[in-house]
Order: sequence, then C-alpha cells, then structure tokens
Amino acid sequence: MSVRAELKYKIMKDYGAPAIMALQDIKKRKKRPVPEAFGPPLESNKRLKEILSRHYFLSRYVSGVKKVAWVTSGAPVELLRAFDFYTIYPENHSALVGAKKQGGDYCGIAEGSGFSQDICSYARIDLGHMLSGKTPAGKLPKPDLLFCSNNICQTVLYWYKAIAHELNIPLIHFDAPFVTTEQTEADVNYMAQQLQDMIPILERVSGRVFYLEIFEEILKRSMETSKTWGAILDAMKAQPAPMTIFDAFGHLAPIVSLRGLPVAQDYYHILMDEVDNRVTQGIGAISDEKYRLIWDNIAIWYKVRFLATFFAERKMNFVTATYTNAWAETTGHLNVKDPWKSMAKTYGQIILNNNLKHRLGLMTKMIKTYAVDGMVMHSTRSCKPYSVGQFDLRKAITADLDLPAVILDADIADERVWSEQQIHTRLEAFCETLEGS
Amino acid sequence: MHNLYFAGVDVGSLSTDVCIIDQSGKVFSEMVMPTGVNGSEAAERAFDASLKQADLTRTDISAITATGYGRASVAFATGKTTEISCHGVGAHQLFPKTGTVIDIGGQDSKVIQVDTHGRMLDFAMNDKCAAGTGRFLEVMANRLELDLDELSNPLNIKGESAPISSTCTVFAESEVISLLAKNTPREEIVHGLQRSIVNRIWGMVTSIGIQGEVTLTGGVAHNRGLVALLEAKLGLSLNIPDNPQTVGALGGAHIACRAYHSTLESSTT
Repeated sequence: MSVRAELKYKIMKDYGAPAIMALQDIKKRKKRPVPEAFGPPLESNKRLKEILSRHYFLSRYVSGVKKVAWVTSGAPVELLRAFDFYTIYPENHSALVGAKKQGGDYCGIAEGSGFSQDICSYARIDLGHMLSGKTPAGKLPKPDLLFCSNNICQTVLYWYKAIAHELNIPLIHFDAPFVTTEQTEADVNYMAQQLQDMIPILERVSGRVFYLEIFEEILKRSMETSKTWGAILDAMKAQPAPMTIFDAFGHLAPIVSLRGLPVAQDYYHILMDEVDNRVTQGIGAISDEKYRLIWDNIAIWYKVRFLATFFAERKMNFVTATYTNAWAETTGHLNVKDPWKSMAKTYGQIILNNNLKHRLGLMTKMIKTYAVDGMVMHSTRSCKPYSVGQFDLRKAITADLDLPAVILDADIADERVWSEQQIHTRLEAFCETLEGS
Repeated sequence: MHNLYFAGVDVGSLSTDVCIIDQSGKVFSEMVMPTGVNGSEAAERAFDASLKQADLTRTDISAITATGYGRASVAFATGKTTEISCHGVGAHQLFPKTGTVIDIGGQDSKVIQVDTHGRMLDFAMNDKCAAGTGRFLEVMANRLELDLDELSNPLNIKGESAPISSTCTVFAESEVISLLAKNTPREEIVHGLQRSIVNRIWGMVTSIGIQGEVTLTGGVAHNRGLVALLEAKLGLSLNIPDNPQTVGALGGAHIACRAYHSTLESSTT
C-alpha cells in the first residue's frame, strides 16, 4: 500500500467527494418538474444519489489503497467485506450505462470483438467497458479479484472467466446447486465448505488476515440491512403505496452493491422513515392510485421513466416486483451463530436459483398480499433464467387468480432491442383489459 | 328519433380501413385503402370515401374511434382504442359465439380471447418480426412473382412443402431465393410459406389457448390455402368474415357507439 495513494484517497474521501456532491446538487436544482400524475418525489433520492456518486467517485482513487473486487449481484459479498475489498458491481454499472441509453454502444464494442448478441447485455456492456475503458462513471478501478456465483445464472461464470483471462487475475466462483425441489443438506454443506475454502485465497489476494468477529459483525449488519429493505417493500402494501416499483429499482442499488457496509444500513433507515411517514400521511407515489400491479424480471433501465409515466397517467402503480424482493426474500436464513451454513441457505435459495413452482407460490402470495390487479412480465433474452418459464407462470397465474397479464419483449440494458410501437400497443391493450375487467 | 352514425377508422401498416354503422349496428360503409406514407392523410381520404359511400357528411357522425398503428394520427377521432380490443369486438359482432380471434394483419398477428360480450380477456402477439404476417406474404409474393391471389390458392394440405423458417422474414426470403435456385416447384414453396405462418400462429395459440368459436380476421384471411392449413392444424373450422380486413374498423365503430351512449348516460344521470 503506498502512502501517497492512501493520502490521496483520504483527501478525496473527506474533501473531494463532498465538494463534488455539492457541485452536483447545484446542477440538480434545474431539474425538470414532476408530472401531475405523480405524488411528491421521495426526499431520500438525494441521499441515494450522493451515496452512489461517492462510491463511483472514490473508486477512482482506490488503487494502491484497497484491493478491488468485481462481484456479481447474488454473490455472498459479506465474506469479501471481512477483507476490506472495495467492491464494484458490473451489473450495477451496466444498469447505469443502460439507464443513460448508452447500452447499445457498449454492447456493440463487445460484439465487435466477437461476443454474440445473444449474450446478456449486462455482460456485453461490461466487456465493452473492459475492452474500451469507456464508462459514464468517469473511470472504474481495475479489479484485483473477480468473485461470482452461478446462483443468478451460468453466464456470469463465462463472463468473469473472460475478464480473468484478459486481465490475468484470480477468479473465485461460488457454485450454488440449483434447487430443483428443495435444498438438501448435502447442498448446504457443499456451499458452506466452499465459503470456508475461500478464506486462504482471500487472505492471499487482500494481504489481510480473516477475523471471525469482524465477519460476524458484517453479517449482522447485512442481515439488518436486508430486513429493513424488506420492511420498506412491505410498506408498499399500503393503499396508496408510498413508492412505485420504479422508485424501488433505484433504491435497490445500495442493498445490491453496498450490502454489509454501514452506509447501506444507515441509508435504509432514512428511506424507511420517509416511507413510513408517507404511509401515515396517506401520501401516494402516484396522485391517484386506482390499479395495483406486479412487475416480473429485471427493470428495463433505459425506459424506467417512460414506463413510470405511462402507468401513472393511467392511475396504475406497480406496488411489488419479484426483482426488488430478491434481496429480502431469503436473508431471513442468515444466522451469526451458524454463519457458513446460513449463508449457504440464503444464497443458494434466491429466486433465480429456485424452481418454477417456488416462483409461482411466491408470486401468488405477492399478488394476494399486495392486493394486485394486474401483472406485467418483462421477457428479456439477456436474463434467460428469469425469462424461461414466464409463459407457464403467466398461464398459471391468469387462470388461478383471474388476473390480466402482459408479457413485454424487451431488454434490460440494450436499448436497441426496444420496439416502441409494438410495446405501446401491448401496454395499451393490457390497460384496456384491466379497465374492462 | 333520427339515425345516429358511428365510425371506426383503422390505420394499419398496409391498409387504412373505415367502417360506418348506425346505432342499431347496421353497416353503411366499409372502405379499404392503402395507408401509404402518411397515416393521417390516409385516414382523411378513407374516411371521406366512406362517408361518400354511405351518403353522409362528417357532421352526421356522432363518435369516431381510431385504431391500428396510426391511431394517434387520426385528428378527427373522438376516441382511441387498440386494434386488439377492436378486433375482439368486431369479430364478436359478426359471429356472436366467438371466443377466440386470430388476427393476421399487415405487420403483426395476434390471438385474442374474448368474453361473451366481445370484451378482450387476454391476448398474445408476435414478437419483433414480421414473419407470420401479411407483410411476410407480400414480400414472398414479390419474390415468387405471384400476386397475392395466386399465393392463396388452396392446395392439397397433405402435399409436399418446402421447409421455410418461421423466425425472420428477411432470412425466409433468402431461403426462398435458394429454393428457387434449386428449381423447387413454386407450389411447394407457397405451401412452405403458408405452413411457416401457421406455425407462428400456432405458437401464439398454444400460449393463451383456444376457447369458443374461432374467428379469423385481417387481410390474410383471404388466403384460402392458409385458412385450410390453419383449420387442419387447429382441428376446427374457422369463422371467416366476408370482409376480414374491416373487422377492426367495425369493432372501432361499435366501441364509438358504446362510448357515445355511456357518456350520454353519465351526463344525464
């Protein structure tokens, strides 16, 4: 670790980042007015932006100060936190690129190098970034370690292997057996053992020693943070719901990418307080909530505003989503007294690593408890584990619950896939069904 | 009481269709005209022609529903509804026992489930490709130097058919070119094309299911060979309207009529 790098990092952390945030705040004052269909925007948005901007800003100065790990969204990051890795989430970064409607450019770079258009756009954007150095975040630090888990898909393994090969750095893969019926004891033991086997490698890469007490502290924090996130989502059962799922897509970022850190824990207390307050005062995310909807699959990042406005204008609010729920669903298994097995249970049973019957049960429960009137499923070639089975789920749900549903064929971050007129007709027809039912 | 008239204007990708009815549902005009490059002008033109056919003027029409891809460009419409709902209502008007509508339009095809009032319950549409649509047939007719009528000849459904992919119009066209280069008989290619469309429709049918009688709408319903193949695949006979292209416009006119009366009711109560 160089003293100069550390000093620079410290100055940026204490003075640089706050100065940049203040500047951004001045710029943001000229923001566009909120359309009438929406309720007052969440005050917490400002803090959220600060946290995320600061995280990416500081990452530019982290080289030589902390070891950097690139991590997948479903990986057990708590273990890495015990070694003080600075974590970057390529999926989060790709979503950011997608939201800025630049996904197609980055994907094109990866495609030009021979990566197929059928590969997940998060992966193509990340590879495009790696190959070109382009990023809307200024600059991302080069990783010292890659950490992935196939509990979200198999693509991550091959994607991270490509990066490991290109940058010649170590890759740790957490192998989570798919839950075909129920998670077995053998699966849990297998995963728990893998986690413990990672310790010497992580010690070597980070140059730090593993302390169980520190790890337990992180685990406790992570549990508490996920619990708060779950409670925030629960608050959307209120009618009118205090947030839309499109807000939640944004507020999801800390639980995904800063999980286990105090900044995420503190943030969700702020958001929880605000959401609670809105429920007490009857403040809705949209001005007149008449219909309540469920969203399935990852967000369409480059069309969040369009979709939010389209539905709000029709008095329709998304109050729940399988996607946002994924970071609250299984964390109840975490147990400081049994860290390894409890992490295996938590990370091995997340929605994308679980069978369709489980998904059907979960969605049915969500539809009932959130008083949902209709369902929008986003089918995306980028996320095959999420999209495969949607037609069957839709069939079962529309038949059992007599619920109007529509499937949108789009993509999470590659805006070139979006077909405005076709989507518009589908959405309007869906609204006509909902209003006629 | 004098007669009240209602119109549906369906601005599709290939044709703009207008239908004028009175409050009893009697049809006074059905008009099909090419959309061309300007949907808004096409709507004006087709509407004027339709009024002339019905011997009416614009002021005689109490309410107008615009539908189809160009629905937003119909300035004179009093309401907008998707073609999906309109085809459901239109098909139900023509065949009241309709439970399922298969609409094969110019650039998309859809399967719509309707309730006993013709209200849409569920629908499935083709994805981002014109394979399985009227446009697909047009492209292929050009390539085969046949007109659409020749392309619609009923064939022996058990006869030979050339294998043609059903995923992409452009690639399917390349396949047709190479089949022609191999001197494959044109009848086999035509048969293969019809089968390709039927396979696309079949995918949508299986995704939402069939209920009640099935009515086929959209210009492709004129294709007798395709109808025969589709009937064989579904194992039932299809209701074919006399004017399959104007079913959406007819549905639109009925929706305009309903909207007019419900506004009237709510303003008098």
